[in-house]
Amino acid sequence: MHALALLAASVTVVGAVMVITRRVAVHAVLYLVVTLLSLAVILVMQGASFAAMLEVIIYAGAIMVLFVFVIMMLNLGHPDSAREKEWLRPRAWCGPGLLAAIVCAELLYCMGTFSGPARPFAPITAHDVGLSLFGRYVLMVELASFLLLAGLVSAFHIGRNRVGGN
Amino acid sequence: MTYTALTTIIFTPLVILGLATVLTWIERRLLGLWQDRHGPNRVGPGGMFQAVADGTKILFKQDWIPPFADRGVFVAAPAIGMMTVLLSFAVIPVTMGAGIAGNMNVGLLFVVGMMGLGVYAVVLAGWSSNSKYALLGGMRAAAQMISYEVFMGLSLLGVVMMAGSFNLHDIVAAQTGLWFIIPQCLGFGVFMLAGIAETHRLPFDLPEGENELGAGFHTEYSGMKFGMFFIAEYAGIVLVASLVTTLYLGGWRGPWLPAGVWFALKTGGMVGFFILLRAGLPRPRYDQLMALGWKVLLPLSLFNVMATGTILMLRASL
Repeated sequence: MHALALLAASVTVVGAVMVITRRVAVHAVLYLVVTLLSLAVILVMQGASFAAMLEVIIYAGAIMVLFVFVIMMLNLGHPDSAREKEWLRPRAWCGPGLLAAIVCAELLYCMGTFSGPARPFAPITAHDVGLSLFGRYVLMVELASFLLLAGLVSAFHIGRNRVGGN
Repeated sequence: MTYTALTTIIFTPLVILGLATVLTWIERRLLGLWQDRHGPNRVGPGGMFQAVADGTKILFKQDWIPPFADRGVFVAAPAIGMMTVLLSFAVIPVTMGAGIAGNMNVGLLFVVGMMGLGVYAVVLAGWSSNSKYALLGGMRAAAQMISYEVFMGLSLLGVVMMAGSFNLHDIVAAQTGLWFIIPQCLGFGVFMLAGIAETHRLPFDLPEGENELGAGFHTEYSGMKFGMFFIAEYAGIVLVASLVTTLYLGGWRGPWLPAGVWFALKTGGMVGFFILLRAGLPRPRYDQLMALGWKVLLPLSLFNVMATGTILMLRASL
């Protein structure tokens, strides 16, 4: 179990690195899908199979397909690849690299100091997720639905067929 | 892992691939029957070995990758299509206790997730071919499959609410007295339509629509890579038919005959129905397909969820 978790974690990290270094947009999206899928594997190992399946269905199966769809619509080709190369010069890596190093150091420090007992393995069912969504976190759910509604209204406004010019 | 589990894992994909191959012949014979012509009847008794002949031919064809294609993605696309379909079969409970992971607690979600990933095969094939017709086919596929996934998920909610579980075993067990096709007739209709759209079969095969797009997303494919798309499509039909059987037709349940036989009979009947649809219906226009989805199927499936919930709550309060 431990070796499998390590394998999935390293696939996640390698995939994430590949996402930011690819020059062709579709390749980057594909590596992002790999990252999401290996995250789902880690979630299954932690007993959160419901969350893992939602990750596969929503992130990997729907949102990333829409990314590919948009890339296909814009038909990004070779000029774009050259521009990406321009953006990926060593100088551009300084800022993000520094920030990532800070987060990484923090993570390592936390791992070094925290040595509590491992959480007992208890599968989280859809029932538990539903109860906490509509019980403890109901305010968050309502706020998220506000946000989605706002997004929907603005998408409708932008995509509206304007009759009579303008 | 036990020895039997290992053999199941090795043999299940082989059996499904064999079934899908034979299905190509069965479909052409049935189409011939319904359209008052012969169909392939020369190779072997009744034309039975036509599938073998086709398979041999396609294996020996030149496997050509166009120089303008994105090589890696071009090769990966058919493999993704095949893999997602075969993985979905892992959670289908053929009989009580059979199947590789029939008792998975989120089995139904697993199938939906794999179908969602199956979109990549078509979309990436369309993109990586780097040709107009393939790109148009891939874009149609992305929009069509993402839309119909929504209605498929919503229509499944009714079944999940009635069974109280995502486990496919429990869903079959919940259909002891009454098959879900009767209380969930609306959901059944929506699921059937969405299933055909998800496997992009005629009448909803607009991503390949040969009279307008050449061959759509697989225009540039040849040899066994094309063969993989082809076989994956037939395996997809078997998958949707076996899902309909499990979710709405009581799975392996039935009198007198053994459980596995009932499952095979129901699935076979559903596959036959899919072929009949292909024989009988013309292809709609693309905008008609999308309008049908968002203007008819979405309200219907939402109504189905609402009605099922209301009835279940009323029954619980009585």
